[in-house]
Amino acid sequence: MIKAILVFNNHGKPRLSKFYQYFNEDMQQQIVRETFQLVSKRDDNVCNFLEGGSLIGGSDYKLIYRHYATLYFVFCVDSSESELGILDLIQVFVETLDRCFENVCELDLIFHVDKVHYILNELVMGGMVLETNMSEILSRIEDQNKLEKSEAGLISLKNVNLPNLPNIPQQIKDIKLPDLPQAIKDLKF
Amino acid sequence: MALTKLKGNLERILDKNLADLVRGIRNNKENEVKYIAQCIEEIKAELKQENIAVKANAVAKLSYLQMIGYDISWAGFNIIEVMSSNKFTFKRIGYLAASQSFHQDTEVLMLTTNMIRKDLSSQNQYDAGVTLSGLACFINQDLARDLANDLMTLLSSTKPYIRKKAVLLMYKVFLSFPDALRPAFPRLKEKLEDPDPGVQSAAVNVICELARKNPKNYLSLAPIFFKLMTSSTNNWMLIKIIKLFGALTPLEPRLGKKLIEPLTNLIHSTSAMSLLYECINTVIAVLISISTGMPSHSASIQLCVQKLRILIEDSDQNLKYLGLLAMSKILKTHPKSVQAHKDLILLCLDDKDESIRLRALDLLYGMVSKKNLMEIVKKLMVHMDRAEGTQYRDELLSKIIEICSQDNYHFITSFEWYISVLVDLSRMEGLRQGHVVASQLMDVTIRVPAIRPFSVEQMALLLETSSGFAVRGITGQVAFSSMCEVLYAAAWICGEFASHLKEPEAVLECVLKSKVTVLPGHIQAVFIHNLMKLYAHILRKASTTEEKERARQTLSVLQERLTPFMQSADLEVQERASTAVHVLKVISKLQDAGEADVVNELMQLFQGELNPVAPKAQRKVPLPDGLDLDAWINEPEPESDDEPKADKGSLDIFYKTSTSMSDFRDGYQGESVYEETEHMQSEDVRQSAARQQVRREALRVEQANNPHYLKASSQARRSPSASSQLLSPASEEIPVMSINLSVPLQVSTSKKLSDKYLELERSKEASSDSKKHRSKRDKKKKKKKDSSDEEETVQIVAPQVISTMELPEGARLSDSEDDGRPQTDPHRALNIDLDTPSYPKEKPVMRASLEPAMSTPPTKIKKSKSKNGIEGSKEEKARRKKTKQEKEEKVASSKGVNLNDDLDFWLSASNGNESKEKKVVTKTEMTVEETATSDPKKPVKNKKEKKEKKEKKSKKEKREKKDTQDRDEQNNHLSENTTTRSKMIHSMNFNVVDSANARLCRGQHEQDGVELPHQLAGQSRVEIPLAFAVMDSTMVHQLRGVLTYMTQGENGSVSEKLDFKLQIPCSVFLASDPMSNDQFAEILASQELPGKAKILCEGIPLTQALDRASRELNMRLVEMDSSGTSASLYSRHLSDHHLCILMKSQADGRLSIYGKSSHPSLASSVIEELRQMFA
Repeated sequence: MIKAILVFNNHGKPRLSKFYQYFNEDMQQQIVRETFQLVSKRDDNVCNFLEGGSLIGGSDYKLIYRHYATLYFVFCVDSSESELGILDLIQVFVETLDRCFENVCELDLIFHVDKVHYILNELVMGGMVLETNMSEILSRIEDQNKLEKSEAGLISLKNVNLPNLPNIPQQIKDIKLPDLPQAIKDLKF
Repeated sequence: MALTKLKGNLERILDKNLADLVRGIRNNKENEVKYIAQCIEEIKAELKQENIAVKANAVAKLSYLQMIGYDISWAGFNIIEVMSSNKFTFKRIGYLAASQSFHQDTEVLMLTTNMIRKDLSSQNQYDAGVTLSGLACFINQDLARDLANDLMTLLSSTKPYIRKKAVLLMYKVFLSFPDALRPAFPRLKEKLEDPDPGVQSAAVNVICELARKNPKNYLSLAPIFFKLMTSSTNNWMLIKIIKLFGALTPLEPRLGKKLIEPLTNLIHSTSAMSLLYECINTVIAVLISISTGMPSHSASIQLCVQKLRILIEDSDQNLKYLGLLAMSKILKTHPKSVQAHKDLILLCLDDKDESIRLRALDLLYGMVSKKNLMEIVKKLMVHMDRAEGTQYRDELLSKIIEICSQDNYHFITSFEWYISVLVDLSRMEGLRQGHVVASQLMDVTIRVPAIRPFSVEQMALLLETSSGFAVRGITGQVAFSSMCEVLYAAAWICGEFASHLKEPEAVLECVLKSKVTVLPGHIQAVFIHNLMKLYAHILRKASTTEEKERARQTLSVLQERLTPFMQSADLEVQERASTAVHVLKVISKLQDAGEADVVNELMQLFQGELNPVAPKAQRKVPLPDGLDLDAWINEPEPESDDEPKADKGSLDIFYKTSTSMSDFRDGYQGESVYEETEHMQSEDVRQSAARQQVRREALRVEQANNPHYLKASSQARRSPSASSQLLSPASEEIPVMSINLSVPLQVSTSKKLSDKYLELERSKEASSDSKKHRSKRDKKKKKKKDSSDEEETVQIVAPQVISTMELPEGARLSDSEDDGRPQTDPHRALNIDLDTPSYPKEKPVMRASLEPAMSTPPTKIKKSKSKNGIEGSKEEKARRKKTKQEKEEKVASSKGVNLNDDLDFWLSASNGNESKEKKVVTKTEMTVEETATSDPKKPVKNKKEKKEKKEKKSKKEKREKKDTQDRDEQNNHLSENTTTRSKMIHSMNFNVVDSANARLCRGQHEQDGVELPHQLAGQSRVEIPLAFAVMDSTMVHQLRGVLTYMTQGENGSVSEKLDFKLQIPCSVFLASDPMSNDQFAEILASQELPGKAKILCEGIPLTQALDRASRELNMRLVEMDSSGTSASLYSRHLSDHHLCILMKSQADGRLSIYGKSSHPSLASSVIEELRQMFA
């Protein structure tokens, strides 16, 4: 089971938080902070597993994370999940985001957190992995977008308009997807 | 009008959408809180508007605010409004907000049941999909119960997308509502072979989760999984299945044997590291489960270890980490194979990654030998010096101690070395594990008598330099680091083994230093107590007059120095100090009086050998006969208003003691607990030795029985902050000596104390090595064997370690504790044996709501007194036989479904020898099964039930439409029994005399009875469904009837008849609807229960009554009070009337039953039924 999925940036600002076990809002923030502290002090060349964030779960739980440019994607999972499998799932998630947003960057996540949630809902449901096949995921998302668009004709235009982003700081760069380690690429779905 | 509409539209355009909100927050970084507060106000205004689009926009913004930490539960109702929109766009926004902010206890969820039901059955699969995803996040018990049926239907949806999500959601349903598991399980199993790979994978996922918590119930699925494993190419699913097998193999070693081969193949063939890794893990699990007597599998171990080595050597840190993790699993059962890779593991200790270092540390445990222990520990100590972060240091420390103390200090050859290591450790800075070191010091000193002189010497040194533990706090106040815990051990060891001290006076002086008052209370207390031991020793040693004079001086010094402790804020210190001072007074008086024996009297206070107490000893003390621990010793005082006041007063005085006491107890529960006979026996000096012995014994028993004295909680740890808080307020007034750094430490910190032992060892080794070489050369030709095991040739003699521990008589150390799962774990409730169809107690809940008649007892046929007495008894016999047969059949049918036999078959397929016995069993069961299926009764019954269900449904609908009077169908299962052994019965006619309220449904011929087209041979039976129409289902009906039939004898057919009375109880119209306590209370409070009845029954216990009522009368237990003396039940009549029953066991053993119903006669009819049932 996946207990929580957190995305935050290099400064610990939450960009997405999904908890599959109830915590109140204060606790959620605390978990994000603590997780950020644990993860951010680790070099990029150390392993992607971390044991024992004290707030989430006991010894059975692990933090499995990946760091992409400005964002950390952290999954908190128990021992029933395969560590390498989850790493791969993170990769699938990020690649899906990349396809949906066309060169995803942090700003996409900032302004479209709802869409990110919808995408995530196609991968993970209630803490269990729902789908890992990216083309299947993409087609589902596509279908739902179409549905939304067909409804949008009836709704105020404002909700459909993509927000123009005038004040984007220039220094934020696109997230570049790093090459996958060979070991993980082998995992075919 | 148009104007206001236009105005509304304009305002809407001015509303912020989510992106505006995000942008606004980013632009208002300085006063973010204020800006968001303003936004929330706007959102509140938007939520008040009628337009759903505005509301949805507002809710979308709320979801964002929730993410950044704002509580949005106040908008729960609005979220539901948005969820209920029929537009997908809004629905999705609503469900997202709900999934982020709702949880099990959210109250508005009560309102959602029907909406969710509607959404689930939506034509649009994405509506349903969004609903399923949302539901997975906030499902609670009520929703799970109410929606279980709907979700079951979705399991067979035509759309794989829905099926997939529904399958996953079922797991959440099971967690919240365990009763759903049994009826849903067969369908879940089907999904394992679903044509859609996504659904298949989801089903595997759910069953893996279920099986992980209760593996034994899923063992029977092994063949299906095995098939999947060997046929599937979906790596994700393979990983899950292989993980599942890892959980199953410990329960069934035969499964493991079957798995080894395909797993090994996978290991060889797969290129996906994740799959490879899981395969290795499961192979390890298999090897562990069949570790005994399986030498042929050493190849598999070798394969695993080799593959793991490749992982560990990989440059990818993740693989390295996982490799070490898996290695530590092998270590437990096959340490030899891992030891071969010691070099690699030691290398990992130097890895830059802390996670990897920690994993390598775990492995070290198995790497040590007598020979390399010192080397490894030295390495760890160096690490500790360099390491950053207290957590890693603490980890290192506990690892060092674990490695050294494992297996009863098996690997330690020189305890002098170990004591020095501990002393070195105690001098390290920034460690929080002082108490662990302290308990080790005490443990070693107590259990290794040979080391005592050395240990005492070292401890005396520690005490002398105790100022080294002081840390100057920010406020200038002197605090002690957690390592000062070591002083506790030091003082205790010096006191207890004072006879080994060279200069007890010097130690006494050290202990008396004024700085001591800064130490935590429990340490001070031990100091004082051991001062007394020290003094007793000094006194005994003082033989010459000169020495006696010095002892006398010491006495006065002691008296003088101890007096301030009597004012300590710590109760323990205070008490011990005053006891000590008074004992000293008595001694000085006695000495003045010239009493010579005073020394011996004093010594007797501290006599007796101390033994370690086994960790669980406290729990194992048998409860003395006649002692009721739950009974009040004194009746509790009635609560009064002024009590808190008195309490407060005492709190002011003792406010710190409670923490210090518990700290003191908890701090020393490490590996073993020491029993200390250190309760002061202040004025007992003059008591005779014999009496003292008795008292000591009594005290010991008392302490052992005192639940507060020894707690066996091994995880208890002193928090460092607590110890610094313990500084007594009094100590702040005492001028604190500054730390005298000029005091030369006798042990130089630059060079570790323990190092010299290592050097010694090395030189020894070198010499022995050379010796060995020589001897080897000599022996080479004679004996080849000798060189095989290096360790054994090096003769290392370790001092003896006492390993006995004190335990109450009859108790054993290894008694297992039961299942460690906490009561709240939802998985406990899911421990359901799925192979047996159902338990008698358990009702098929999901179906019960549809067809209440199913679980009702067959209507009783009361035979009228038969004219022929013999016939009657024959009939009786036949009936008995029938029930017996029925039972048999039940067993058979359950066995027939039982997959366990299949499993046995499957498992034994490959290796023939073992399975012979099992096969025989299977065979016999198979024959039983055959007879069961060949019995015509079963299919008939099933058909009938289906028909019955349909009929009932249609009738119900009709009734609702026409709104006619209360009229219902009651189907009756009537079984006919043959009366004669050999004769054939035919031409049966069944008829009853209709009453005003109930009649038999005969079809066309209103007057005649029902012709039964069956022929019955001897010893056979048949079940025939008959329908009865009942006008008023709230009362009991009795119908008189007759069954006429012809028996075919040798001389033609003879007509016979059988009179009977048929009772249609009103409980058959009851449905056991689930009911929460609150709802139940609401019904009771509604005052709409005119029907009342009451009876008293004798000779039936409450639990039995409950059991029967719920089983036979279709009632549901709502609540049982904690004492188990009363319980309430609920049931709903088909006419939607409520029936509430309260059962109460009286003091005289009788059971009183009260009934209330919303229909006037319902309660009395049902109560009457209960009376008959319990009569």
